[in-house]
Amino acid sequence: MRRTVFPHKLLPWLLLVPQLTITVIFFYWPAAQAFRQSVLREDPFGLTSTFVGLANFRRVLSDPNYLNSVRVTAVFSVLVAFFAMAIALFLAVQVEKIVRGKGFYRTLMIWPYAVATAIAGMLWLFMFNPSFGTLAWPLRQMGIYWNPLLDGGQAMALVVAAATWKQISYNFLFFVAGLQAIPRSLLEAAAIDGASRRHVFWTITFPLLAPTTFFLLVVNTVYALFDTFGIIHAVTGGGPGKATETLVYKVYNDGFVNLIMGDSAAQSVILMLIVIVLTAFQFRFIERRVHYG
Amino acid sequence: MQRTLFWLAGLMALPVAAEAKTEISWWHAMSGANAEVVTKIANDFNASQSDYELKPVFKGTYPEALNAGIAAFRAGQAPDIIQVFDVGTGVMMGAQGAIKPVAEVLNEGGFTFDKSQYLPGIVGYYSTPEGEMLSFPYNSSSPILYYNKDIFEKAGLDVDSPPKTWAEVWDAARKIKESGAATCGYTSTWLTWIHTENFAAWNDVNWGTNENGLAGTPELRIDGPLFVKHFQEIADLAKEGVFVYGGRTSEAKQNFTSGECGILTESSGGLGDIVKSGMNYGIGQLPYDETAEGAPQNTTPGGASLWVMGGKSDEIYKGVAAFFNYLSQTEVQQFLHEQSGYLPVTMAAYEATKASGFYDENPGRETPILQMMGKEPTENSKGVRAPNLPQLRDIQNEEFEKMLAGQQDAATALKNAVERGNAALKEAVGG
Repeated sequence: MRRTVFPHKLLPWLLLVPQLTITVIFFYWPAAQAFRQSVLREDPFGLTSTFVGLANFRRVLSDPNYLNSVRVTAVFSVLVAFFAMAIALFLAVQVEKIVRGKGFYRTLMIWPYAVATAIAGMLWLFMFNPSFGTLAWPLRQMGIYWNPLLDGGQAMALVVAAATWKQISYNFLFFVAGLQAIPRSLLEAAAIDGASRRHVFWTITFPLLAPTTFFLLVVNTVYALFDTFGIIHAVTGGGPGKATETLVYKVYNDGFVNLIMGDSAAQSVILMLIVIVLTAFQFRFIERRVHYG
Repeated sequence: MQRTLFWLAGLMALPVAAEAKTEISWWHAMSGANAEVVTKIANDFNASQSDYELKPVFKGTYPEALNAGIAAFRAGQAPDIIQVFDVGTGVMMGAQGAIKPVAEVLNEGGFTFDKSQYLPGIVGYYSTPEGEMLSFPYNSSSPILYYNKDIFEKAGLDVDSPPKTWAEVWDAARKIKESGAATCGYTSTWLTWIHTENFAAWNDVNWGTNENGLAGTPELRIDGPLFVKHFQEIADLAKEGVFVYGGRTSEAKQNFTSGECGILTESSGGLGDIVKSGMNYGIGQLPYDETAEGAPQNTTPGGASLWVMGGKSDEIYKGVAAFFNYLSQTEVQQFLHEQSGYLPVTMAAYEATKASGFYDENPGRETPILQMMGKEPTENSKGVRAPNLPQLRDIQNEEFEKMLAGQQDAATALKNAVERGNAALKEAVGG
């Protein structure tokens, strides 16, 4: 590898300053605050606080509701990441086949990404709320007892659907780009050899998409863990019972609704560790199987 | 050129305006018809004098507004006035350094706060045990029963006499469903507020120890036999599809205004939206359990009050005092009461409304006041207070939802709610 040597000593730092400042203010400082709060017991208004060591962590980890939340989060993220990627890949491959109006279909596909999460949540709520949902009524007419306000499974299905729908566009965009990067010659050679479409897809296209798929896996996991807060807040509020209370939603609920600052901060710290471990795991083990060509 | 002049004129006018008027921020949680009432009151107050400019800001639902206020306080950006729902009263009372008692604000502003002028039940609820008024009652409400007269008629029920006891409600609800007059007989908003807190007061049973928390940290008692019986009946109705669950706060109002359900229990403050929907409704008092001794006793105030935040300038406090004084004027209270269904806060406003013949023209509108003032409150019916009532309600809601979904019976749901609630209470007071 060739080494490039830049003469300036100060300039690179100067150019990094804006990014570093933003990182410190919006990432490191809040993270440090979370660490500090996680060892304190504080009243809602922050008027008095006492140091309690790891008591908050101990309480959180022994709370059965927290374990429930871990389970809910696992189910939710796996479903959202899987469906959002599978559907996007399917659609990207289908759009590739279209000869006329490709641009039109692509544009339509990208639209949902422009919708804010909270608004996406409201849209799905308006469609599926049992009392005023436009699609809930036909469901009931068909004899399906539709009531996500009480049925935890239905509530989960609803938030998974909403979160998936919102993320498909993003994945679609990357898969389309990934598909275009696949060398034509390989596909043509396979066609000349008489390989079936299905065979071509699974033995050539899909493996060559691996870098894109891996990148999306990381992004989608983070999305399902954090960015779906707005959807859950708007659609189910973590209910019924605690059926859709993901870890992030529990942090919000305990901290901002129930005003238990210490517990909430301890949960954020744990959540931070989970994400670090998960990302490290993905890069350490899954990336080995990725071929960057 | 003209545009430049316009901007210049605007810029020059700015400092003058800022000097002349002191801005007072008021964070509230009123939506729908009640938001219009807030805007009207603020505009009228601003027009009535030239020293202060009251700026109401909508901050979401009750819990959201409270949380926004707390977050703003921590960031040193607290509003001057914040509307906090009844449930948050315990939270605010615990924050002695963050708030300024209303009695103090009024006194310093040159007004006297005369307790005898205000409805007694409300004054008691928002005062310290020593009797100092801490917040200004803005919108006090009481749960009542609404029924759809058209559906009652179709179901062959008496349109002029709403059900009085829970047993009668269940009967009527079943009839509505069986006759096909509507797909759902009965629904209710705020299960916790109406079916545990007010249920306890109205039937004179204990909600929690220590006078339901007014005399100290309570321990929950909502797993008593009367509660179990009541909730088992609701669970059974839910199974039959006669009772339909709408959600944890006021969502069920929608099931009623849309004509899906024939009977609704909801805050008197929900009246504005029911009137707006244009339906043919009737009002009855909150049903009670006929087997409960001494029922009906009295209901407790819900709704919200206005808290003044601490650490503001004298000028702002003067403005706040002027606004509260304006708000307690008879005409303003009368307007608020008649438009929104919330209770008038002063005796004078109540008397004036009565004298105007309003209650004769609008039958049922006096019900929430009579419910609250009918009897001298007992230890069970003065109100409910806990340092973490929002959390207690959440816990109850979660258990009720599992019960309504058929995963547990009422006895288990209430037992779990009490166990989890008491643990949370202990945690909240640092046990």
